[in-house]
Amino acid sequence: MNVRVGVVQFPGTNCEFDTADALRLIGVESVQLWHGEATLSGVDAVIVPGGFAHGDYLRPGAIARFSPVMGEIQRHAAEGRPVLGICNGFQVLTEAGLLPGALQKNAGLKFVCQPVELEVASVGHSFGGSMAVGDRLMIPINHFEGNYVCDERTLAELHEHDQVVLRYVDNPNGSLDNIAAVSNKAGNVVGMMPHPERATSLLLGSVDGLAVLGGLVDSAPASV
Amino acid sequence: MKWSVLVEVSPRAGISDPEGATVERSLPALGFESVSGVRIGKAIRFEVDAPDATAAESMVSDMCDRFLTNPVIEDARITVEASTVEASTVEASTVEAVG
Repeated sequence: MNVRVGVVQFPGTNCEFDTADALRLIGVESVQLWHGEATLSGVDAVIVPGGFAHGDYLRPGAIARFSPVMGEIQRHAAEGRPVLGICNGFQVLTEAGLLPGALQKNAGLKFVCQPVELEVASVGHSFGGSMAVGDRLMIPINHFEGNYVCDERTLAELHEHDQVVLRYVDNPNGSLDNIAAVSNKAGNVVGMMPHPERATSLLLGSVDGLAVLGGLVDSAPASV
Repeated sequence: MKWSVLVEVSPRAGISDPEGATVERSLPALGFESVSGVRIGKAIRFEVDAPDATAAESMVSDMCDRFLTNPVIEDARITVEASTVEASTVEASTVEAVG
């Protein structure tokens, strides 16, 4: 059986079709999941893509947490199945309590939109795939609130359980410990500020995003 | 009875506030050289029905913990006062909710 990936659409999401296109490039079928439907349509993995869910009203991700689809994502995650949040999707997953910490406004109050170099810090999670610790990836970021922060105890736990997934080589936004991506303790839920779906062709400057998405897909046991 | 609520959300101590810092750096351009400690947050106003001010504060504090603020990065200052009709009978009270 082939792996099917669900891509969640909130009002204001704007990376769902880029994500679907990127998955198509690696031969993976995806379905769009409307936030108002309390179903994941039997998918094997879930991606919460970038954008401005519910207009980022109150805080990025604060309203999205209440969408009917989120209960199903909580259940899917609790079963140990893979969930990836990209950019606004990462913010949604932290607000939903699926990932530790929070994303605050960038240091310097700058919206940053540029390719950044990332170092793989851990591969013991749902999209490790073919990557190795220390590998360098070039993937674009595009955000205003990507400055990762958590309290000291949480940071110690992240280190202890190898939950820092990616670090910026040259910190663009003030993130604590240069963190660009983290996982939950079990490793099946990952959130990242960079956009792997925008690094899928040499015409765009990099294909490194395909390795990230491919890793997610490899880890999803296809439904029988 | 009805209570008027003001929730002031601000970045927690130790959390950077680039918006406040930018405003602070800009004020001297207008000749305001003596300003420091600018913090920018948001204000949320609404009314609730509750039997007394303590019950109203407790309800709002719960809202702050679970929705109105992200306790990882934000603090809330809650002010509850009797809605204008009963304003003369109950004094305003303020509690600090630290997430």
